[in-house]
Amino acid sequence: MPVERIGGLHTGKTADETEEDVRRGILLVTLDRAVSWARKQSMWPATFGLACCAIEMMSTGAGRYDLSRWGMELFRASPRQADLMIVAGRVSQKMAPVLRQIYDQMPEPKWVISMGVCASAGGMFTNYAIVQGVDTIVPVDVYVPGCPPRPEMLMFGILKLQEQVRTQGRFR
Amino acid sequence: MIAAELAERVRTHLPDVVVARGEVTAVVERDDLLGALGWLRSDEALAFDFLSSVTATDWPEREPRYWVAYELSSMAHDHRLRLKVGLPADDAHLPSVVPLFPTADWHERETYDLYGIVFDGHPNLRRILLPDGWEGHPLRKTEEIGGVNTRYKGAFIPPVDRRTAP
Amino acid sequence: MSFDFRPDIDPRDPLSTEEPRQETMIINMGPQHPSTHGVLRLLLELDGETVIRCEPIVGYLHTGIEKNTEYRTWQQGVTFVTRADYLAPFFNELAYTLAVERLLGIEAPLRAQVLRVLFCELNRIASHLVWLATSGMELGAVSVMLFGFREREDLLDIFEMATGLRMNHAYVRIGGVVLDLPPGATDAIDDFLDMLPGRIREYESLLSKNPIWVERNAGVGILSAEDAIALGVTGPTLRAAGVAKDVRRDEPYSGYETYEFDVITRESADCYGRFEIRMDEMRESMRIVEQCLDRLREPGPVMIEDPKVAWPSRLEVGPDGIGNSPAYVKHIMEESMEALIHHFKMVTEGVRVPAGEVYQPVESPRGELGMYVVSDGEHRPYRVRIRDPSFVNLQAVPTMVQGALVADAIAVIASLDPIMGGVDR
Repeated sequence: MPVERIGGLHTGKTADETEEDVRRGILLVTLDRAVSWARKQSMWPATFGLACCAIEMMSTGAGRYDLSRWGMELFRASPRQADLMIVAGRVSQKMAPVLRQIYDQMPEPKWVISMGVCASAGGMFTNYAIVQGVDTIVPVDVYVPGCPPRPEMLMFGILKLQEQVRTQGRFR
Repeated sequence: MIAAELAERVRTHLPDVVVARGEVTAVVERDDLLGALGWLRSDEALAFDFLSSVTATDWPEREPRYWVAYELSSMAHDHRLRLKVGLPADDAHLPSVVPLFPTADWHERETYDLYGIVFDGHPNLRRILLPDGWEGHPLRKTEEIGGVNTRYKGAFIPPVDRRTAP
Repeated sequence: MSFDFRPDIDPRDPLSTEEPRQETMIINMGPQHPSTHGVLRLLLELDGETVIRCEPIVGYLHTGIEKNTEYRTWQQGVTFVTRADYLAPFFNELAYTLAVERLLGIEAPLRAQVLRVLFCELNRIASHLVWLATSGMELGAVSVMLFGFREREDLLDIFEMATGLRMNHAYVRIGGVVLDLPPGATDAIDDFLDMLPGRIREYESLLSKNPIWVERNAGVGILSAEDAIALGVTGPTLRAAGVAKDVRRDEPYSGYETYEFDVITRESADCYGRFEIRMDEMRESMRIVEQCLDRLREPGPVMIEDPKVAWPSRLEVGPDGIGNSPAYVKHIMEESMEALIHHFKMVTEGVRVPAGEVYQPVESPRGELGMYVVSDGEHRPYRVRIRDPSFVNLQAVPTMVQGALVADAIAVIASLDPIMGGVDR
C-alpha cells in the first residue's frame, strides 16, 4: 500500500510518487531527504540588497529578528559561495544584466526570493526605469510582497522556501 | 541680505530679476551665462560661491522650450539666488559651468541624460543615470512614462495580464 | 627550453638591465559588493595597491521618481519622494511638503511643525546608527553592525507606533502631519532618550581610541574646505573641514530657529573627523528631541483647517492598523453627501497649487537636501527635482581617494555615507 507519510512526516508527494520512491529504494529516498534537510538548514544568501528592502533585510539579519536561527546569518559576498539570492529592492534597467550575471554565477542548486513589491512586480514604479518584476529575468521561488516587507514577512517567505526545499528536493 | 535688497543689487548688472515667495530669480541669455556667474561670485556683497543644483524644466508649448535653473548660494552671507537660462527646442546647447563650479559636473551630465541638453565644454558629457545605450531622454514632456515597453536592447516585456510562461 | 615568462628580458642575457614593464591594473568594484554601501560601481586604476584614478559610476538604482511625480497628484508625490533617500524618509517628505506649502502660501500648525522636527531628528539618529553599523562592518568591526541595528529597532518601534510603518512613512503631508502622536509614544521616546546616551558612550569606548579604527580613519580621505565648497559637498563632510554650514542654522525652516542646538565641526577634514561629528550630531539631535517633547505637552491641531488643502480623512489606529476612524466613515457614508463628495475630490484630484517655482533646502543627515518644485497651476506637479546630497558628495570621491590604498577607498566611501537611492532617484 503506497504510503504518504514516512516516519510521521508528510512527504509532500502524491501516493504515486511515493510508490515510485519506494521502487527507487529506501536508501536513495532517505539520502534525498537528508540532503534536502541539510540544504535548507544552512542556505547562504548572496548579498543583493539594492534599496529600502535591503535595510529591512539587514534588520532581519541583525539582533532582533535573527536570521541566524535558520542558518542564514552568513551573507556571502561572492555568488560562487551562495545558494540563495534575495533580490531586495527595485531593479533598474541598468542593474538587470548585473542581476542575471550574479544569478548565473551561483552554482546549482540555487533559489531566488523576490523581496518587496518592486522586485516582485515593479512596485509603485511603473515607469521606464524599473524592471517590472525580476521574474522576467530570473526564475523566482518565493515572492514576498510589501513596501518594504516587515522582517516577519521576510522570515515567513524564507520558511516557506525552506519547506519547499525540504519536501521537493531531488538528489542531483 | 533680504530678498528685496538682493534683487536691487543683482539688478545693477543683470536687469531681468524677479522676486517671488521670498526668492530671487534672475534670467540671463545663454551667451551672458558665464559672465554673470563670474560677476555674482566675485562681487563681495553677493559672493555666490556655492552651486547647489543645475536642472532643467521642459515647457513644450512655450518658446524657449527648456529652462535651465542654477541654484546659487553664498557661504559667507547665507542668501540664495536662482539663475535661469532659456533654450530653444532646436538648439539646446549651453556653455558648461564646470570651469567655474566643478560641482556642476554630474548635475550637467544628469540634465543631458534626462533632457538632451548639450553642455559645450563639459569634460565628460556622457549618460550618468541611464544605461549607455539608452535611446531618448525620458524626462522630456513629449516622452511617455514608459512602463513595460522600454527601449533598451530591444526588450519588450508585456503587461502582467498578457504574459505567458517563458 | 624557454619560458616566455618575461618577454621583455632577453633570455640569452638574463643579466640585462632593462626595466621590467610596469602596468596599471583597471579593476571594477561593484555594483554588487558588500562594502560599497549600495549599488555603487567604482572603476579603479591601481598601481599595486595604490589608487591612481577612481571613477564612480552610478545609475544602477535609477527609479524615475522625478518622472513619476509628474503623473500623480500633489499629495501622492509625498509617497514617491519619500523613497529617494530611503534612510531619511522624513527629510525627503519634509522638503517636498515645505516647498509645496510655500507655493500654496500656507503654513502648517505649530504642533505639526514640532512633530515634524521631532521625527526628523529621530530619523537623523536612526540614519547615523545605520551609518555606524555599516561603516563598522565595512572596516571590520562587525559587532558594531549588530549594535547599530539594535538601537535602530527601538526607533523603528516608535516610528511604527506613530505612523504605522517602519520605513517610507508618508507621514508629513501638505498642511501638516497625518496623525497625532498616539498615547504612549512620548513615554517610548523618553525611554529611548534615557537609554541612548549610555549606548553612544559604549560605541565611542569601543571605537574612538581603538588603534585599528584610528589607523584606518585618521588622516584618510582628506578633503579641504576649498575643495569641498568647489565640489558642492555639504553635511558632515563639509563640517569636518571646519566650515560651520548647516541649513537648520543658516536658513531655518519649520521652527528650527527656536531650538537650541550646536553645529558640530572639526578641523581634521578626514574620516575620523566625520566619525566624531556624526556621533556628536546624535547627541545634538537628542537635545532637540527633548525640546520638542516639552512643546508637545499642550494639545493642538496637526493638520491645517483649510478644507481645500487638508487631507480629508480622520485616521485612527484600529484593530487592523491605521485607517479611517469608524466615526468618520459613518459621517461620509451615512450622514453627509457633501462630505463624501469633498473626500472623493480631495483624494482623487487633490490640491490645486498656484503656478511658480520654489527651492526648499533641508539639512538631511548627509547634507543639504533640496527640493526644486515647479507648478503650472494644475493638480499635478510639473517638475520635482530632488537635489540629493549623496549625488553631489560622491563627486568628491576621486579627490579623496587619489594616491590612497584600496582599503582607504572603502573607508572614504563609508565616511561619506552615500545612499544610492538618493544618488540615482
